[in-house]
This record gives sequence, structure tokens and C-alpha cells, in this order.
Amino acid sequence: MKPAALALAGVALLTLPYWIGGPYYVNIASQILIWAVFALGLNVLVGYGGLVSLGHAGLFGTAAYAAAWLVAAGAGQLAAATGAIGLTLLMSALFAVLALRATGIGFLMITLALGQILWGIAYRWISLTNGDNGINLSARPMPLGLSLASPAAFYFATLVIFALAVGMMACFVASPFGASLRGTRDQPRRMSALGYDVWLIRFLAVLFSGFWTGIAGLLFCYYDQFVSPHLLTLSSSAEVLLMVISGGSGTLLGPIAGAALVVAMKTIASAYIERWNLVLGAIFVAIIVLMPEGLVPGSRRLWRWALQRRGTPAEGVAR
Amino acid sequence: MIALEARALSKSFGGLRVSADVSLAVEAGERRLIIGPNGAGKTTLFNLITGELRPDSGSVHLLGRDITSVPSRRRAHLGLARTYQIITLFPRDTLLHNVMLALLGLSPLRWNPVVELASCSALRQRALDALARVGLEGSADQPLAETTYGERRRVEIAMALAQRPAVLLLDEPFAGLSIPERQQVLNLLLAIPRDTTIVMIEHDMDVALEFAERITLLHFGAVIVEGTRRDVVDDPRTREVYLGA
Repeated sequence: MKPAALALAGVALLTLPYWIGGPYYVNIASQILIWAVFALGLNVLVGYGGLVSLGHAGLFGTAAYAAAWLVAAGAGQLAAATGAIGLTLLMSALFAVLALRATGIGFLMITLALGQILWGIAYRWISLTNGDNGINLSARPMPLGLSLASPAAFYFATLVIFALAVGMMACFVASPFGASLRGTRDQPRRMSALGYDVWLIRFLAVLFSGFWTGIAGLLFCYYDQFVSPHLLTLSSSAEVLLMVISGGSGTLLGPIAGAALVVAMKTIASAYIERWNLVLGAIFVAIIVLMPEGLVPGSRRLWRWALQRRGTPAEGVAR
Repeated sequence: MIALEARALSKSFGGLRVSADVSLAVEAGERRLIIGPNGAGKTTLFNLITGELRPDSGSVHLLGRDITSVPSRRRAHLGLARTYQIITLFPRDTLLHNVMLALLGLSPLRWNPVVELASCSALRQRALDALARVGLEGSADQPLAETTYGERRRVEIAMALAQRPAVLLLDEPFAGLSIPERQQVLNLLLAIPRDTTIVMIEHDMDVALEFAERITLLHFGAVIVEGTRRDVVDDPRTREVYLGA
């Protein structure tokens, strides 16, 4: 059942540009994949580490800005990408050192503040970031000499990165280090009495999360070929957090489902409904009420419940 | 040889002195019982020994080494393990996973992000052995949340034993157990080989007296009486502060 579902999803994703009906939708699919990578990165902290960050758009934006800035300054694409990821990792380390002095609401507030500082730099340090006007990226990179100019080509490149992200997450979650991180989420004191270095485990988790957030930022920079302070706003941080929570934090598929839901609402529903934010809000309320654990685990629970009801109709009649 | 020693440990929370100049020395292989009324500072003493609390003054020595400034996590690597009065386990995971986490804590494997934990067969086998020692090998794959209180107490002990500690601190291992369960846990503790030194806090005198060789009585954070089982039980001060006779 499970390998079959995986194969089916793989085929659907690989053939998507041929059946989805136009470059507009292919681009939306690319956006969903980019945000899914971002949400998967945040999920490392929120879902497995129990550390809720509201500053991740700052890390996303750091990668995007660094890449665009370096290319504009004359660096090659590979050097720019490497530099962007390196800078994002440094920034993640700084986030970790400052924010890991606390957990819970304290961690959230410190990450929020740090995210706002980065947004402030993007918006106000005009000589460096060009302020509100943003920075244009002259062209998408050409990995292995392949042009990513067309929507389908870019989609496939994003799909490769997305698959890598999912694979690495699956591996991480099942690994001893993943178990260590989940342990620090559930019983930090106990973990330290058992011999674990709780701080270092969390620090490395922030770096891992920051790495994939940076990759997502880089992809977004290539997708839009334009970066602006809007990428780093608090509402971006909140949006990706909503993706993780609405889809199901601490699950592999949850953040992907959440990203699909939010991006689809933002792009597709907004074409038909002017107040699409209202609809999205109503959907979130419905998710919180009907399946507080998130869309993916909630649907699994409802599915099992439905199967059980169908499986034992006699009992229902007898009563 | 002295396995565990506390020298003049003091700790105050605000104006409340919870440990007042506590000194005690536990011989290697000894079974030591710590008793005292509620609020006598027994668990605080454990927290000072494991490093979860820093003493205001005094020092802690493990196997002859001063560990006062060693962080809690390093003390585990030096051979110190504990159980908690309030059960502190991982409820979403299986019994096996709980014990594997205890083993992983002392293994460099815990930093590995690429192998699959479930396929670490040596670790898994050691965890199953530890569960077998407490009679829970049959429920290894059961989620902890679906087990009884008594079973969780035994998982706590299995996790501590799995780490093969030189010194094991047991904080009320019989609390909340039924009489048959108490006997079961007692047999389990009696079977621990003598290369592990055990210090136990316990209120249930019937079971604990059977186990202990030496007893330390704490009252208002200070050591009031210490000696062999007979000495302490017969001491009039014990009757006064603890046995309530």
C-alpha cells in the first residue's frame, strides 16, 4: 500500500507539467514545492525539536538576498549559491546562540525579534539592500549547462531539490540523532540526566533547519528572479508556521500538505475570491476545530475511524 | 573504596535551607537507604548529586573524582544514573525506544543523522536485554502511554540499569505500586549485581528495610542519624522524627 502510494505520487509529480494545463499552474506547483521545502525545514524545529520559531522568514530572506546580491556584484552562480547558504548557516548559528537561551515562548519572541531585525536591514539599509526596490536577479543558474528558463525546466529542478529534502528529512527522523532531538522536545531534563547534550542537539537542529530554509530561499530567488523586503516580513514567518501546524507538525507529509493548501489558496482561490484571506482563515479554524493535530494526522485518524465504522456495522445495529 | 561522597553540601531556595551541610559517603557495592519526612531534602540531595542543581557550597565526589563542576550530562558518562520519583519517560514512544534512548545517551551513535535507529541491532538487543531484566521483554513494542503505572516504574529502572551505572540513585522506586508489584520490583533490585552501588530514597519502610544495609535519616535538610539498619531503626531520634511512634 505504502510503496504503491509513493510510486503513484512520484509519477504524478514527474508528469505534472504534461497534465496540469499550462505554465501558470506549473509555476504554482514550483511555488508549492519551494514552500514545502521551507516548511519541512521549519518543521525540524517546530515538530521534532518543540521549538517554535517566528523568525524563519529572516533566514529564508538572507539566502535569497545573499544570492541576488552576490550575482549582482559579479559573482558566479555557484559561488553566489554557496555563499548564500554559508551566510544563512552563519545567521542560523547566530539565531541559535541567542534564541536557545530560552525555550517555549521565550524562544519564539527572540526569533521573532531577530527576524524583524533582518527585515529592518532589508528595508532600511538601502545602500546594501536597495531598500524597498529590492534586487533583480539577471538570470537563473544553469546547473550542468541546463537552462532553467522555462517553467517546466524550473519545476523539474525544484522537484529534484524537493525530493532530496524529503529523503533527507525521512532519514533524519528515523536516525539516532532524530530520536535524540525528539527526546529533548519531550523530556529535556531527563535527556540531560541520560547523558545527552541538550543545547548542542538543539543548536545542530537549528543549523539543519536553517540549511533547508536557506535552500528554499535560494530556490525562491531563482523562481522570482527578484528579492524584496516582503520576503522577510513577519507575515511570511507566520505563513510558513501555519503551513507546518495546519498540515501537521512533527510529520513528514504534514508541512507539504500545509504548503500546498496555503499556496493554492493564495494563488488560485485569490483569482476567484477577492477576500481569499477570509476563506483561508475559515479553513484554518475548521482544521483547528476538527483536527487539531493537523491535516495529515487528522485525516489518517478520520480514515481509520471510518474504516472501523464500516468494519463493524453489526455492532451498530445491535445497539 | 568510596563510590559516592557528598561533602558538606548546602543548598537554599531563597530563605529555605533544603540541604544543610549534608555529608555522606557510600561504599562501593553498598545499598544505602535515605529516609526522612516530606520536605526533608531527599530529592534535592539527589538533584545535587546528579548536577540538576548546583550546591551553594560543598562538593560531590564520584569514584574518588570531584564532580561538583561537571555538568549533569557528563556525570551520566562517568557512571551515575538515576530514576525519578515522578515518572519521567517518553510517552509517545515504545518501551523499547525508551530504553534505546537510555543506551544511546552514552553512545557516540547519538549524533548520527544518517543510519536508521531501528536497524541498530546491537543497541536494540541490549535494550531488549534490559527490558528482560525487568520482565517487560514481551511488551517491548507497546507504546509507553498504553502501559500501567507499575510497568512504567520498571521501565525507569530498566533505563537506568541499561546504562550499567557504577552508582544508581533510585528516587522512591516503590511509590504508587501495589503490594505484588512492590515485591516484584524489590526482587528486581535485589538481583542487581554488587558492582553497582545503590542509593535509594523510599518511604515504604517494610520493603526498603529489607533492601538497605545502611540508612541515612534526613530532617530539615540535615543528616540526623546514620548507621546500620538496626542502629537507625532503634535510634530514638528516628522514632521521633520519622516513625512517629
